[in-house]
Order: sequence, then C-alpha cells, then structure tokens
Amino acid sequence: MAAPHAPLRRLAPQIIILAAVLALNLAVFPDFFRIEFQNGRLFGNLIDVLNRGAPTALLAIGMTLVIATRGIDLSVGAVMAIAGAVAAKIVVDGHGWGTALLGALAAGGACGLWNGVLVAWLRIQPIVATLVLMVAGRGVAQLVTEGTILTFLNEGLIHLGAGTILGMPTPVVIWIALGAGVTWAVRRTALGLLIEAIGINESASRLAGINAKVLLTCVYLVSGLCAALAGVIVAADIKGADANNAGLWLELDAILAVVIGGNSLLGGRFSITASLLGALIIQSVNSAILLSGMPPEFNLVIKALIILVILVIQSPRIGHWLYILRASGGDPAPRRKTPVKETAR
Amino acid sequence: MIRSTSLPLYVTLATFVIAYALCASAYPAMLSTRVAANLLTDNAFLGIAAVGMTFVILSGGIDLSVGSVIAFTGVFLAVLLRDTSIHPLAAFAIVLALTTGFGAAMGAIIHHLEMPPFIVTLAGMFLARGAAYVLSVDSVPITHEFYDWLQDIYWKAPSGGRFRLTGALMVLTFLGGILVAHRTRFGQNVYALGGGAQTARLMGVPLGRTTIGIYAISGGLSGLAGIVFSLYTSAGYSLAAVGVELDAIAAVVIGGTLLTGGTGFVAGTFFGILIMGLIQTYIVFDGTLSSWWTKIVIGALLFTFILLQKGLTWATTLRRRPAPGSPMPS
Repeated sequence: MAAPHAPLRRLAPQIIILAAVLALNLAVFPDFFRIEFQNGRLFGNLIDVLNRGAPTALLAIGMTLVIATRGIDLSVGAVMAIAGAVAAKIVVDGHGWGTALLGALAAGGACGLWNGVLVAWLRIQPIVATLVLMVAGRGVAQLVTEGTILTFLNEGLIHLGAGTILGMPTPVVIWIALGAGVTWAVRRTALGLLIEAIGINESASRLAGINAKVLLTCVYLVSGLCAALAGVIVAADIKGADANNAGLWLELDAILAVVIGGNSLLGGRFSITASLLGALIIQSVNSAILLSGMPPEFNLVIKALIILVILVIQSPRIGHWLYILRASGGDPAPRRKTPVKETAR
Repeated sequence: MIRSTSLPLYVTLATFVIAYALCASAYPAMLSTRVAANLLTDNAFLGIAAVGMTFVILSGGIDLSVGSVIAFTGVFLAVLLRDTSIHPLAAFAIVLALTTGFGAAMGAIIHHLEMPPFIVTLAGMFLARGAAYVLSVDSVPITHEFYDWLQDIYWKAPSGGRFRLTGALMVLTFLGGILVAHRTRFGQNVYALGGGAQTARLMGVPLGRTTIGIYAISGGLSGLAGIVFSLYTSAGYSLAAVGVELDAIAAVVIGGTLLTGGTGFVAGTFFGILIMGLIQTYIVFDGTLSSWWTKIVIGALLFTFILLQKGLTWATTLRRRPAPGSPMPS
C-alpha cells in the first residue's frame, strides 16, 4: 500500500472485469455508450447503470466496513424497508422531506446501533446478531406502513430518487459523494487502519489499545445509515414504501459486490472503491442480460456462475497453489505469509 | 444439576408447553386434534428442511440454499410430470439424487477450496433459484393420480384431525435425524467438527467426508422438503419458499442449537418448528393480529434464545476459568 501505483494495482482486476462486462454490453447493444442531454437531464444506458446500481452501491459502502471487521450485516435489506416505510409515513403525515430523510436516517441508525451493540458488547456472532433484525425487520416495516404500500407525492422526497442534480440523477450523486466521503474519512485518518486491525485480530487490536467495541458499533451504525439512505432512494424512486419488497435480497447483492471487490470475508484489508466497482459490475451484468434480450430468468444463474468463478479465483487454496507455482518458477514473488488476492487474478 | 448443554433443549420444551397452555387457555379449541394435525401438516416441509439445517449448524456451518432448492424441486417435479409420462416415484428419485448431489458439490467446494459456507451456499442459493426460473417462471400445476392418491392418505383422529402422510414423513425424518446424530459415527463426527475443525482433524475425524456428507444431507432433505411442499401445494413455482432457510435457521436456534456449532439437539429443532407453527396458529385464531406480527415475534424469540445461549456459554467458561483476570475468549 506504500507504493504510489498500489491503489491502481489493487483495483486492476475489478476495472478489467468491469471493462469486459461493459464491452459485452456494447457487443449486444451498439448504442450502449451513447449519452444524451435532454430536458436538463443526462440519458443513456451508462447513466442507467450508475443510477440503478445506487442502492447496491450505497449498501456496499457500509458492508465493506462491516466485512473488514470480519463481520457481516444481513439486515441491510430489512433496514432499507424500515427506513423507506418511516420516510413515507412522515411525509404522508404532512411533514417536509427533510424531516422524512432525518427520520429515516434515525431509524436506520437505530437499527445499526442495535446490531452494533449485539456484536460488540454482547459478543454475538455477526451472522446471528444481524439475522434477528433480518427476520423481524420486515415485520417492523409492515407495522409502520400498516401492511399497505404507502404512496406519497412529496416533490422533495421524490427528487431524492427520481430527480437530478446538475443533470445527473440524484441517487448517482448521493452514492458517489458518500463513497468519496467515507473513503476520505477512513483513508486520510487512521480509522481505516484501525478497522483493518480489528478484522485481522480483534484481541490483538484491543491489546494494542484500539477501542474495538466503540469502533465495531460505529461500523454497524454506518452500515445502518447507508441502508437507510438506500431505502429512502428506493422508496422515492417508486413513490411509495413497499415493506415486503423494498431491498429484498439486496443484502446478498451488497455482500457480493464486496466480494467481487476483492475484499476477504475473513476481514482485514478493504477497499471501498473496489466494492463500488463490484456494485457497478453486478449492475452491468444485469443490464447486459436485459439488453441482450435473453430471458431475465437467466439473470440469477449467470450471477451464480460469476460468483462461483470469482470465489474459486479468490479461494485461499487456489491462491496458495498459484503462489507456489510462481515461487517454483523462479519468480521472486514478494514474501508474504498469506497470498494476497490480486496475485490470483 | 442439569447439564448446561441440554438446558436450552429443556427451555425450548418448556416454552412450547407454556405457549401451548397459554394459547389453549385463550382458545380452548386449540386443544383439538385438528390443530395438532394441521400444525404437523403445515410445517412438514419446513421441519424436514430444518433437520438438514440442524446438521449443518451443528457442524458450525450454514446453508442458505434451502429455500431455493425447495422451489427448484417443486418446479422440476412439475415440469417433469407435465412434459414426460414418468412415474412420480421415479421423478422423486431423480430429484433427490440431484439435490443430494448439489449439496455434496457445495460441501466439496467448502472443504476443498476452504471457503466460508456462507458465501458458497449463497452462490448455491442463486444457482438453484436461477435453475428454477430457467425451467419455468410460471406456476406449474401438478395433476397426477399418484399425487391425488398420496394426498388422500391420512389417519383420521377421533375428533376430526387428519394426520396426513407429509406430517408423518416429517416426524420420521426427525426420528432418523436423531438416530444419525446420536447413534452413529457420522453423527459424532458432525459434533466433533462443530466443536473445532482443527481438534477434530487431530482426533482423526475425516473432515472432507463429513463436510461433504453434511451438506449432501442438507441438500437431500431440502429436496425431500421440496417434494412435500409440492404435495402440499400441488404445484411447482419458482418464487415459492423464499426465505425458508431463515425460518429453518430460526427454528434450529430456537430449538437450542448453538450457532457456533458443536452443541444442540435434533429434537430441539422439532420443538422450534412447533413453536413457530404455534405462533402462526395463534395469529390465525386471534384474527385481529396482522400476519407481520409472526415475523416480529419470531425475531424476538430468536433474540431471546441467542441471549440465553450466550449467557450459558459465559456461565460455563466462567466455571472453567477460576481466574477472573484472564482475558475472555471471544
């Protein structure tokens, strides 16, 4: 990480995969890269990929941090539903969109805090701790919407999902800004390093003086806030809060984005940019399948096969074999205890 | 004194008895054999899947593909019976072989590529659901005399409850699961693996064979659950059984099995299933409560049982460690 060209090398596999998928898009749909400016808004398939990928990208930001601490947050989909429901409820009750956004963020933050307390203070495994909210969350969301799809016509709130800022769809601006902000916060301070330390060895990090409990709680809090933002965007996009379907299985997409981003599920080194690229890769695959005119049924099978390939490439055993292969080939590979993922490209 | 490993089982049992007593005091009709029979029939597919999940969780793993495999099985059977003249029994055999093989393949990937079960079975979940979509996106009805015949098999209890074949199949699966878990070498290996893979390997437990076996069982039982589900609904639908894996995991945890693996009972899962079924039955009886209360109550129960397990783990580690100053194992 010390070398100046290191970030680019870290991101190279993701950029190459993204380029390949985009090229595939271009092959099935020649106009893919055409971007038009109409009615004060950018139009084009590329913009669509950025826009439709917004919820996954937002979730991936929080999920990257959580996974870097060797945790996982299964509840983000349910938190999205809760946040969307709260925002819709506040708007329907006649308050402004700012209040709605704050309310949704507060709900998401509370959910994140709950997860964080379970994981950091009660020391429950992350999968189990977040499973509770994953199961109960949609029930809570339905409690808020009273079982109906709450629709609203508040211009300000709808703008968050369907509007534009300087011609760019608002969700795109939000996720890029948040991604840049969080990356800046963790990389320009020691925060990222501390989070990685927890993921690599929590006891050791605590002995080294890191306040692991507070940091862990904060990480889940951020994940909850990201999920709340994603939930508001999804609700604003359809002008309604659907407690049953908002963010359904999106937690899996977010985890997938993080994994495609080359972040190990076993914690440690992370890159938010790579996760965001992972989210874009997922969305580009979706768009390629749609544009190619293939039945959308194949979407899941193709996605599963892609995960499998990426997993096999990332698996420690394969990485070890490649490492040995390179070492025996006389290539002076850098000496590392554990083979790093990008060597196994 | 009660051993702390079996305490969660007793707590589950007591919860079930108290919950049933409370329900029965509110609605005396809950005591009828009809309710009992429906409790078994309605939860048969979930129960069968939960047996497989118990083995997976006992070994310290997790299987997220259960719901998708159930949906795939249903669609596969429906399409096979619609497009070919094959006998359902042969179709059952084919689909069971397929799902068992699918589970074994996931187990092999988990073991040989040293990947976390969570992410491997997540890929399996997408794959099975996707395969179901590819077969058919519509709900395919199953019409076959053999299906009608199977559905008509029941034992009518004196007060009108109909104990159907699928309920019996679930009970049999649980009995089989209990036998395998406690009376066979494989079962002991599963517990050993859950206690710690490294230790188990040093003790001579064949890790590869056990891991592959565990996920094969889970896959096969998911297939069986899919067959039962297709008998229950008389159709195959690729969007069916979404989230069943979560219900199964919840039932296993409520049944007192530790999610870290190593301790727990197949019998506990049975009562976990019954408790979850009871909550739903109560909401149906009440009539004013909305269906989403099921999710909230199950979530709350899940939380309570996790806390209980955590407390027990703490109690046992404290007893084993007389020195309070030593660092807590995470």
